[in-house]
Amino acid sequence: MATHAGGLTATRTVHVQRLVRRFENRTVLDGLDLDVGAGEFVALLGRSGSGKSTLLRALAGLDRDVVGSGTVDVPENSSVVFQDARLLPWQRVLPNVLLGLRGTDAVRRGQAALAEVGLAGRERAWPNELSGGEQQRVALARSLVSEPELLLADEPFGALDALTRIKMHGLLRELCARHRPAVLLVTHDVDEAITLADRVVVLDGGRIAVEVTIDLPAPRSHRQPQFLAYQELLLHALGVDQTEG
Amino acid sequence: MTASVLTRPRTAATIPSRKPRRRLGLGRPIPFGAAVGPVLLLTLWTVGSAVGWLDPRTLSAPWTVVTTAGDLIADGRLQENLTVSARRAGLGLAIGVLIGTVLALVAGLSRWGEAILDGPIQIKRAIPALALIPLLVLWLGIGEQMKVTTIALGVFVPVYIHTHNGLRSIDSRYVELGESLRLRPAEFIRRIVLPGALPGFLLGLRFAVVAAWLSLVVVEQINSTSGIGYMMDLAREYGQTDVIIVGLVLYGLLGLVSDGAVRLVQRKALSWRRTLAD
Ligand SMILES: Nc1ncnc2c1ncn2[C@@H]1O[C@H](COP(=O)(O)OP(=O)(O)OP(=O)(O)O)[C@@H](O)[C@H]1O
Ligand SMILES: [Mg+2]
Repeated sequence: MATHAGGLTATRTVHVQRLVRRFENRTVLDGLDLDVGAGEFVALLGRSGSGKSTLLRALAGLDRDVVGSGTVDVPENSSVVFQDARLLPWQRVLPNVLLGLRGTDAVRRGQAALAEVGLAGRERAWPNELSGGEQQRVALARSLVSEPELLLADEPFGALDALTRIKMHGLLRELCARHRPAVLLVTHDVDEAITLADRVVVLDGGRIAVEVTIDLPAPRSHRQPQFLAYQELLLHALGVDQTEG
Repeated sequence: MTASVLTRPRTAATIPSRKPRRRLGLGRPIPFGAAVGPVLLLTLWTVGSAVGWLDPRTLSAPWTVVTTAGDLIADGRLQENLTVSARRAGLGLAIGVLIGTVLALVAGLSRWGEAILDGPIQIKRAIPALALIPLLVLWLGIGEQMKVTTIALGVFVPVYIHTHNGLRSIDSRYVELGESLRLRPAEFIRRIVLPGALPGFLLGLRFAVVAAWLSLVVVEQINSTSGIGYMMDLAREYGQTDVIIVGLVLYGLLGLVSDGAVRLVQRKALSWRRTLAD
């Protein structure tokens, strides 16, 4: 399973080599290579069914029943954000954040994490009393409270409306700037990828087909001409024809 | 023009041809609807006894039953027998619930446990607990041990079935969450498995309570020397219909009260669910 990459490259958090994953003789990942540096934010794009979730689950160690081979080096201390907030409905918000957290100051850390996502004072709420966006913020707090070296997120904002999603982008950038985990964010949203990531990779044919380093100054927006250039490049890589745009 | 027609009340009242449309469904609920049937029965019983349609040897009059209950309380027989019965049922229930829960956990949390336990329990389920009484009498005699064992045997099956089912229907997404958070097995069981199976367990408990009273009624009428069932059996020999009816009412009350108690626990323990419902 997960082992440390060793002292070879101290700044490399994720190291994936020749990763193969197969479902009923359909090869979804076919010799995939991917490295993620410490504190680097990587967005993973790909067509539906291209194997993004399969890759993420392999990194999270959640695919023990799947046939495959290859090297996966991820830090022991990594956490996952799912598309659904996946809060335990029978626990209030704070115990949900503390799930799996050890140490004497766990409660204080949990409260701090909730405050960070703007939910101070909601510790005693039940998950189903929260809106979808608030639930996802609790999930974010839960994944960051353990100070992970790696954050794996599978379309965490997919179920949210456009406005809430923009707010969550801001929040995620802020949190990542503070805690500096390496991030692998699966998304199908090209704009989301360009807005958030240091580097965008496109999964196609079971491998990383395209890799783009996003070099844009901080408040990234459509008004930047470079933004549109990246957008066109990535949409092209995803096989979307934009001639009518 | 049209407005003035509509506001004139006589217009609507003087159109007999237009029938009000029949609403679907049952209409408005009757206030205290649940009490109507029992009150009617009670009235029939009272009137029947007063007029003399009901022979007191077939069915004692309600006032006789009330005075008999008063007498039984006064000389302490009722409390004494009630205590004995409640202790039996309570002990059998406690043992049965414990066994059912433990077996459900073992079967629900390990493949081997399920392979070994589930078959025999399904077979046991097909045999009514009461059919085992002859065997239990041979093994354990006719004392308290046999009685409590019979009750426990009737109780553990519904607890097992519903708890096991509750365990197995825990959303696999929560299992995945537990894995991704690297919960220890004990933490996983305490935070995810047990709360997830709680609704099933409580449902099983409601069936278990009913099963406990049912078994109690039967075991108390076999060679008992105490308990409500014994009191009723004795009354049968002397033809005391009133005492039998007091016993029946007691059984009914015990069943109602205990079911209400479990439902209260259910509502308290599953309050996280209720926030959705209301
Ligand atoms: N447990 C499974 N059993 C069989 N096939 C699977 C399983 N999980 C995934 N697959 C298949 O693997 C392929 C990749 O699935 P995956 O979920 O990784 O896609 P994805 O890129 O995340 O797609 P989406 O953007 O729609 O979420 C799909 O064709 C899917 O049918
Ligand atoms: Mg997916």
